[in-house]
Amino acid sequence: MNTKFLTGVLAAAVLSLGVAAASAQNPPIKLENVAELSGPGATVGTNWKNGIDLAIAEINAKGGILGRKVEVNHADSQSNPGVARSLFQKAIDANPYALLGPGYSGSVKVTASLAEAAGLAQVMGGEAAELTMAGHKNLVRTSFGQQSSMPKIAKYIAEEVKAQAVAVVWVNNDFGKGGRDMITKELAARNVKIVADLSTEAGQADFAADVVKIKNAKADVAFIYLNEEESARILKELHGQNVKIPLIGETTLLGQKVIELAGVAANGVKGHVGLTTDAPVPAVQEFRKRFQAKYNYVPDHNGIKGYLSVYMIKAATEKMGKVDAKALPAALHNITITPDKEPGILMEVTVDEKGDLDRMSFLGEVVDGKQVIKQVLPKLK
Amino acid sequence: MESLLYLVLAGLMTGAIYALVAIGFTLLWQTSQTINFAQGEFAMLPAFFMLVALNLKLPLWLAILLGVGVSILLLGLAFKRLLVDPMLRHGVLPLAIATMALAIFLKESVKEFYSAEAQRFPSLFPEQKVDVGGAMISIQSIGVFLVAIAAVVALQLFLSRTRTGRSMQAVAQNPTVARILGVPVERMILLTFAINAALVALASALVTPIYLAKFSNGEVLGMAAFVAAIVGGFNQIRGAIAGGFLLGIVDNIAAAYVSTQYRAAIPLLILIVVIMVRPQGLLGRAEERTV
Amino acid sequence: MTLQRLAVPGAILAGIIALALAPYGLKNYGISILGLWAVTTIAAIGLNLTLGYAGQVSLAQGAFVGIGAYATAILMAKGVPFGATLLLSGLLCFAIGWLLGYPALRVQHHYLAFVTLAFATLAFLVFRNEQWLTGGIYGISGIRRPVILGWNTAPERAYFHFCLIMLVLVSGFVWWIVRSPWGRAFLALRENPVRAASLGVDTRRYTLMAFAIGAGIGGVAGALYAPLVTYIDPVPFALSFSLNLLLMVIVGGGGYFFGPFVGAMIAVLLPEWLRFAQGLYLVAYAAAVMVLLVFWPSGIMGILDRLLRPADPNQGAAR
Repeated sequence: MNTKFLTGVLAAAVLSLGVAAASAQNPPIKLENVAELSGPGATVGTNWKNGIDLAIAEINAKGGILGRKVEVNHADSQSNPGVARSLFQKAIDANPYALLGPGYSGSVKVTASLAEAAGLAQVMGGEAAELTMAGHKNLVRTSFGQQSSMPKIAKYIAEEVKAQAVAVVWVNNDFGKGGRDMITKELAARNVKIVADLSTEAGQADFAADVVKIKNAKADVAFIYLNEEESARILKELHGQNVKIPLIGETTLLGQKVIELAGVAANGVKGHVGLTTDAPVPAVQEFRKRFQAKYNYVPDHNGIKGYLSVYMIKAATEKMGKVDAKALPAALHNITITPDKEPGILMEVTVDEKGDLDRMSFLGEVVDGKQVIKQVLPKLK
Repeated sequence: MESLLYLVLAGLMTGAIYALVAIGFTLLWQTSQTINFAQGEFAMLPAFFMLVALNLKLPLWLAILLGVGVSILLLGLAFKRLLVDPMLRHGVLPLAIATMALAIFLKESVKEFYSAEAQRFPSLFPEQKVDVGGAMISIQSIGVFLVAIAAVVALQLFLSRTRTGRSMQAVAQNPTVARILGVPVERMILLTFAINAALVALASALVTPIYLAKFSNGEVLGMAAFVAAIVGGFNQIRGAIAGGFLLGIVDNIAAAYVSTQYRAAIPLLILIVVIMVRPQGLLGRAEERTV
Repeated sequence: MTLQRLAVPGAILAGIIALALAPYGLKNYGISILGLWAVTTIAAIGLNLTLGYAGQVSLAQGAFVGIGAYATAILMAKGVPFGATLLLSGLLCFAIGWLLGYPALRVQHHYLAFVTLAFATLAFLVFRNEQWLTGGIYGISGIRRPVILGWNTAPERAYFHFCLIMLVLVSGFVWWIVRSPWGRAFLALRENPVRAASLGVDTRRYTLMAFAIGAGIGGVAGALYAPLVTYIDPVPFALSFSLNLLLMVIVGGGGYFFGPFVGAMIAVLLPEWLRFAQGLYLVAYAAAVMVLLVFWPSGIMGILDRLLRPADPNQGAAR
């Protein structure tokens, strides 16, 4: 016992000496994060921030990036693009290695040009399709844009479920509206009719009216694109009203949290599963355990996105073999990161020349309160 | 028709909760001119007190009891003594603004010290559905409805049948006369705050299994209570009850038959129309005070 | 007040010069924060006129800023010159304020607060839902900063100077109003409406006027906000912004001319000052506001006023 303790102390002392020596030669790599830590996006931003902190703690425990420690500074955009823009300017003034965030697409839109003008990489959480279409050379996603995920779902609805008439239920915010517009376009392209187009409010509790409309519209399929809590509530209501049509969703609807909240009402739900802690990949499951141990809750996909943002920067930097802020944006594009080289990336990912991602995803179904993967959708390239 | 019945029944369940929160809102206004902008947060917070107790492995009934008790202490007595009493002499407006700050304080504290994530909350009632005239209604909703109604009836009985209750009403109607008649005005006002805290804590325990416990719940509930109280009649308990039910039903009807994108707008439009046409509210008395 | 009258002209001039020079010592972030402060202050000045001088609670000032911002963004995209959009934004909000206040003030005073609360939320829904007009949740991006009489305000520093000029103009306008017969009528209204009415002041018209002018100034703030951020979406103009503006006015000191300047400064710079508190800064802010209101309901300007006045006769001893 005593000897063990002594060895531990000694090891720690040596380690910290070593670290101190290393950091004396190499100043830390500074990252600046601007995210929605309060306001309507608080849950998004808090997950994103926690993911970043976890990744940095892990990286530093293993000696940092190219022997240099990583530091991050978090700033709260208050879910307000105007504030995000100011804070981004501040982040750039601090001369960081790279910029992280924001998560709201609107806030990404106002900040991307600032990052571009400064020549700094911006690794962000926004999912709106248009973000990577504006041609910013510095912008990189951490998840599928809606232009990558929605075609997969539309194809599934049209070809596998063979639906003719679809009810679309969406949450009327930045996230939900983007998804709704994209799925509407993709379904129309496959000659599937949208018979009910139901906007809901974030925080809505009573879904009786929406369920009535789904029922009366005689839809073959309901596509549900809401946040976790609202997903669970509408599933419960649909279940209670004996709505038997297939319920299809994207990532959140099949998530563990929704299953936990909705109980039996989640059984039979099908859909596409992108980035989620439920992915049947051991590395992702391990990540989930570590996250839960540190923060005492199961992260949503924004937590994984924050985590991955740091590891993407790490992988790109190590590929360059130097810490060069100006070269980082280019290094983050046209890169494939594999878990055998960088375990922190969890799943193999390819970033294309526009900053869009390609990654394996899944088609799943909830069976007896568990998400079951029915089909693996491989990377496109 | 079947779906209309279902919409109305579902609206009544939600409306019962709105009514519980709105009653407290009008009580505070009547007895101490307090416009409580933190009322929604008051209905969000007790669920977290109860969650803390549940995390200590206490049974649900005890957790709810403790939650109600802590709420009466903090949201009733402490709120009255620490914020309302020192603010009241400054007038209605500074106090209303102080409650806005209190709302931010409570919301952000829960987010920072508990969690930004929605938390599951156990229900007092089973979730099975029963057939009511062709509409499927869950036992949980019926339970919520009945408990809320029981609370309202009990409150009405208390106010009209007991000496203390009648004293409270006297204070609400005219504190000066009540004081001359020997009513302990201060004690009665304090009691109102305690009752408000108990009502919101009850609402919290009833609604959180459906809403899930989340720091932002107060925004929706507070707005609903506010609209319900004004539409029904700001100075009458029965006004708040009617307003709550009306709002619950209108929410659903509007979303089903008018517009989903503007579902939140209909109650607000009703509010504006009521203020223009019948400012004392649907069931309210015209206030004598003109200024 | 005597002290103010004595020192005010010099202090104001020094303040304006200091503000005009401030951007030269600051990086882009500092300048953009100053710009945000100037625009927020203008919005708060409008609300202070309604609230502090005429005693009316408006919970829709943020919505008026939004209407002004959208009007400017939409009209500029149609090629209307900025000078005209600025004016139109102000007039539009003045007109809407008048129409909104009319029915509310017909009945009872605190009903204006309720109507404006509903209006603020309705305005947000219109911004979000009417995509053909406002761009919906996606908002309007690429709002250009104007060229004013040959002066290109695109650089951060130039646009801040433009906002500062507007702030000075708006302040001057309000300064004049408050000292005009109108302003004295507003004050009479706040202090004792019954007496004001008995003295022949048409209370309803003046109250309405105060509210509508406040709304119009909010519209001007919005017109300046859109090119400042270059992008607008509905989220910043939700009800919470209106509530925050109200807090700013009260914290700064309702009814004090410089209250909005101080209140807006605290709100804009607060996250900066409370950086050490990290996520807790909003908790700390809310707690501080409550403590302030309990002990000094007249706000920070009220404290300053009280601190300075007794110090006036024997300055040496106070120092």
